[in-house]
Amino acid sequence: MRIALGVVEADAGEVRWDGRPVDLEARRRIGYMPEERGLYPRMTVADQLTYLARLHGLDAARARRSVDTWIERLGLGERRDEEVLKLSLGNQQRVQLAAALVHDPDVLVLDEPFSGLDPVAVDVMSDVLREKCAEGVPVVFSSHQLDLVERLCDRVGIIRAGRMVAVGTVEELRAHAAPRIEIHAPAAPPGWAEALPGVAVLERRDGRTLVELRDGADDQRLLEAALATGPVHEFARRPPSLAELFRHAVSEEGAA
Amino acid sequence: MSAWETIRLVAAREVRVRAASRATRIGTLVLVLAIVALVVVIALVSGSGSAAKVAFTPPTGALAQPLAVSAGLLGQEVETSTVADEAAGERQVRDGAVDALVAGTAQEPRIVVDEELGDTLRAALLAVARQQALDRAVQALGGDPAAVNRDVDAVRLEVVALDPHDPEHDERLVVGTIVGVLIYVALLTYGPIVAQGVVEEKTSRVVELLLSTIRAWQLMAGKVLGIGLVGLVQFVLLIAAGVIAGVATGVLTLPASVAAGTIAWAVAWYLLGYAVYALLFAAAGALVSRQEDVSSATLPLIMVIIVPYVIGISVLPGDPGNRLVAILSLVPLFAPTLMPIREAMGEAAAWELVLATGLTLATIALLVRGAGRVYVNAVLRTGARVRLREALGRA
Repeated sequence: MRIALGVVEADAGEVRWDGRPVDLEARRRIGYMPEERGLYPRMTVADQLTYLARLHGLDAARARRSVDTWIERLGLGERRDEEVLKLSLGNQQRVQLAAALVHDPDVLVLDEPFSGLDPVAVDVMSDVLREKCAEGVPVVFSSHQLDLVERLCDRVGIIRAGRMVAVGTVEELRAHAAPRIEIHAPAAPPGWAEALPGVAVLERRDGRTLVELRDGADDQRLLEAALATGPVHEFARRPPSLAELFRHAVSEEGAA
Repeated sequence: MSAWETIRLVAAREVRVRAASRATRIGTLVLVLAIVALVVVIALVSGSGSAAKVAFTPPTGALAQPLAVSAGLLGQEVETSTVADEAAGERQVRDGAVDALVAGTAQEPRIVVDEELGDTLRAALLAVARQQALDRAVQALGGDPAAVNRDVDAVRLEVVALDPHDPEHDERLVVGTIVGVLIYVALLTYGPIVAQGVVEEKTSRVVELLLSTIRAWQLMAGKVLGIGLVGLVQFVLLIAAGVIAGVATGVLTLPASVAAGTIAWAVAWYLLGYAVYALLFAAAGALVSRQEDVSSATLPLIMVIIVPYVIGISVLPGDPGNRLVAILSLVPLFAPTLMPIREAMGEAAAWELVLATGLTLATIALLVRGAGRVYVNAVLRTGARVRLREALGRA
């Protein structure tokens, strides 16, 4: 992200937008939220946002209108003439988001936008991102709050040690992952499933067993083995959460 | 949006922030008051226009005119007045309304003062009393005192000065000193403000947000210009206050052309000095990431401002033509504090001013590249202090 914004030089490769390399002119049309949050501590919210809007090329009148809009939208109305220094951390984050949005950018690049937000602010932030997305503004953000990512994102990329190890919709990522099955067979003795080929037991608790089928192992064989232990109340596929996919992708790469 | 427009926006922010800051306003007010107070003190100490007030009783009234004349020869102005009687005169002396009362008779005057009689006034009064005695003696001998006095007055002393005293010398010395102090204070105030401004952006990390839309050199240029403009306004205000106070109190009597030249050079040297040091301070600030480290990073620069100035200000008043200081005043980093003092003292030759200005401009051109490079390379690096060589090295 910092390379895309020209803050760090690329070792190799190129960042392009609309087929053209991203230059200063293109960067002005990007809304950026750096991971290291940064605002002038001694400037008031409104002055700060106006200044940033002007730096991005808005004229004075448009800057003022846009600042008013976003201050209102992000619930900072009462804080507009306070110095950023005096705001709570959550409010500072809202100002930071406003700073990324105030020049009505064509693209949003947000580094960990949800970190440090209270739940209300998370909702506001999510709404804003969805809305921008609906307006056709591409939003790229990084996050470790994977439940949010799962809810919000069309496409997810998992990066490990600087390399993209998986990319696609959440569904696509799931499709690549080994299927998981949860079996509720209260009478099954410990170790009933371990011996089956291609079956890895992930968890066992209260007669419930969670397994992962590897190398195209047959789920019907698993079901037969389960029935052989006694009654089976439940036999269901459990789609892995994004967090699990992430853990998997990261550890798989580590093993490889 | 053009580069200039960006720089203008950055500079405008600096001006707004500094102008709104109480430190700047109070600082300016204090300095203006200080300079006015200084001029007033000079006016009081130099004592020009402070006439001695002498009262006469009716019997001694005839001495008033001769006293004014004899005191005038000694360079002391005298305001004379007449009181009804000795008691009234003594009251005035006690109240401080007059400095001395001449009582007694014209033949045997008696001087009444509060504490003591000033030397000049004593000499003047003594001369008058002796003159009176002399006139009486001449008259007793049958001569004409008026004729004798005419002959005596015709005597003139011919004075050949080997090294004539410049009547403007003392005033130029004072003006030079004040100009030097003003530039010195301005550089020591606004240089560090530039460094702190740079570090503030680094510490608060806002620099990353800024540099995603504008270039580092634009940010640096805007900052230097904005702060310089605030400094310039303050500098001009101080000079204006000094000039107005000087003219109002009658301290400033230099010919207008000399004064205008000195002021123009003072402003020019402020600008040159600020440009040199602001660039250096911006680069020094970019090397560190914490406010605590600013002072250690800028200390060498502060020493470079202080040391030549202290040498100059201690040597020049006693020896305005000093060779060492003359040479130092040509060195670009030292010229901004030393050259305007020498110029104001009337010691700087035209070629020296031109040479020093040229060298300083050349230095500024070099610094724009060198300091600019250090700034650009170091400003995004947070954490440990960036080594100067590293910042200069990377392209």
